[in-house]
Amino acid sequence: MAETQTAERTGSIGSSKGSDDIIVIRNMHKWYGDFHVLKNINLTVKSKERIVVCGPSGSGKSTMIRCINRLEEHQQGDIFVDGIELTNDLKNIDLIRREVGMVFQHFNLFPHLSVLENCTLGPIWVRQTPKKEAEAIAMQYLERVKIPEQALKFPGQLSGGQQQRVAIARSLCMNPKIMLFDEPTSALDPEMIKEVLDTMIELADTGMTMLVVTHEMGFAKTVADRVIFMDGGEIIEQNEPNPFFENPQHERTKLFLSQILAH
Amino acid sequence: MANSHNPDMTPGLTNAYDPGEHPDWPAPSSVKGPVHWIKTNLFGSVTNTLLTLLAIYLLYKIIPALVQWFFVDAAYTGASRKECEAQAGGACWAFIGSRLQLFIYGFYPEVQRWRVNLSVVLLAAALVPILFDQVPQRGKWLIYSALYPFIAAWLLVGGIGGLEYVPTDKFGGLMLNVVIGVTGIAFSLPIGICLALGRQSHLPILRIVCVAFIEFIRGVPLITLLFVAAVMLSYFVPPGTNFDLLVRMLIMVTLFASGYMAEVIRGGLQAIPKGQYEAADSMGLKYWQSMRLIVLPQALKISIPGIVNTFIALYKDTTLVIVIGRLDILGIGRSSLADSKWQGLSTEVYVFVAVFFFISCFLMSRYSLYLEKKLHTGH
Repeated sequence: MAETQTAERTGSIGSSKGSDDIIVIRNMHKWYGDFHVLKNINLTVKSKERIVVCGPSGSGKSTMIRCINRLEEHQQGDIFVDGIELTNDLKNIDLIRREVGMVFQHFNLFPHLSVLENCTLGPIWVRQTPKKEAEAIAMQYLERVKIPEQALKFPGQLSGGQQQRVAIARSLCMNPKIMLFDEPTSALDPEMIKEVLDTMIELADTGMTMLVVTHEMGFAKTVADRVIFMDGGEIIEQNEPNPFFENPQHERTKLFLSQILAH
Repeated sequence: MANSHNPDMTPGLTNAYDPGEHPDWPAPSSVKGPVHWIKTNLFGSVTNTLLTLLAIYLLYKIIPALVQWFFVDAAYTGASRKECEAQAGGACWAFIGSRLQLFIYGFYPEVQRWRVNLSVVLLAAALVPILFDQVPQRGKWLIYSALYPFIAAWLLVGGIGGLEYVPTDKFGGLMLNVVIGVTGIAFSLPIGICLALGRQSHLPILRIVCVAFIEFIRGVPLITLLFVAAVMLSYFVPPGTNFDLLVRMLIMVTLFASGYMAEVIRGGLQAIPKGQYEAADSMGLKYWQSMRLIVLPQALKISIPGIVNTFIALYKDTTLVIVIGRLDILGIGRSSLADSKWQGLSTEVYVFVAVFFFISCFLMSRYSLYLEKKLHTGH
């Protein structure tokens, strides 16, 4: 369905390895029961691109990025990640999940494992990395997020900001091509938001492809290549940060920005 | 400030110390120490005080009398009840002593009893790596633990490899309780885990089968199942096959405990936040990997009290084999009462059996507390 229209819009075919488009979403729809949560989502992300997704709560932004690694299933349309099509084929899902790291609002660290074990679990069991090597890599990333000294502690002994930085390190240990952030600072105290955002900014500087759902407009302005505004399950507007914030086109975007920037 | 350590407050200053200079003072004696503990826990209010005094009075009445009967006035030697009574008016432990072998080994042939002793030693060795995770070579050791039930079965029944065959109807006493209890405990946990996971499965048929099994097991008394094992199962197996009664009982007890175990573990599984599954999925872990590495370690940890509770219940339920004519420790005790030399000593028998069960169950409960503490990773 709607194949021709799709090809016109994206201008490229997701399954071709040579293209620069690392994520291609075409005419994607999703329902929760009878509730139409995502309506005709079309989005192409280039390699190394940094995208911030914003919008009011319930607008479907989290659901959209969770479709990219199949935490949510879409019912219509196509999603290609790194040239692999997301279907019900479990093999493809596994392949894609290896390449896509995800950071959650509530960190979702494994409380029964130490920080180091949290970081080495994926490499050891999914990538079959030898334990010693996995630990060396994990320590490297823990240093990068500036908490190597906490490696042997358990997540419950760390502050929220530290936990979120561990979660970022844990994802990076899998050496992903894409990182998804689902409101990574929404559950943090104000004084901890900065340390997490700084970590994300450093990550962006390394050239990681990032999709970030966030309300941190300062982060969007400094880091994003493109800002996407969603409302009611649709992508309403997308633009580079400057024109997006200075000169929003759509009424709903203007209303949202006025509300979020007012305080 | 010049007066920063002056305990007298200067007008205008709200604190004798500069901001950030205040040292940690020791807590006042009103919030810690034995006096504080007694005050808050025993004499906190009028009701508390009355209850404490009542409890002290009851203990004063009960404890000395118990000690008197148990130890001071007890007779440890003697060949009959009369001889016991001639010595003292308390418990007649000579009765238990004279029948201790029977209590422990049942009717297991006397010359073969070393096999029972050996399997107990081997059992202890098999338990070490399961109970404690800091032992060297734990992986290899655990393989032995997994093989232990089969080694023990061979050792106790024999018939192959030069060991004399001992029919299972010779099993009895404490040994029968331990055989059924250990088998039930060893197999009901893995089966219960599978049932609990099956009940949560997205595959409808698997889920229905698991739910039906669990509900059936929980809806039927264990005694009924044991009767079924004794009487009815022989209708279902082809004629001529000899399906040992003990094996049938073991299967029934195990399945019965697994049904309960499944529900206990399901409770633990439901307490695991969805985010844990999502984090495991988003890493690319496969279903069994995420269950084994992420979900089950946490779910089982939460379920420890319930799991041990089921173990203890199962262990005590092993006395029910008496209804199908097998004499466990309780059955041996009851039948010993028929001996005319020792008639009327039922208190000693039941106290002995109760003490034995209490010690085993108390050890299990203590171990579970130790495990809970060890697995607590702090918040």
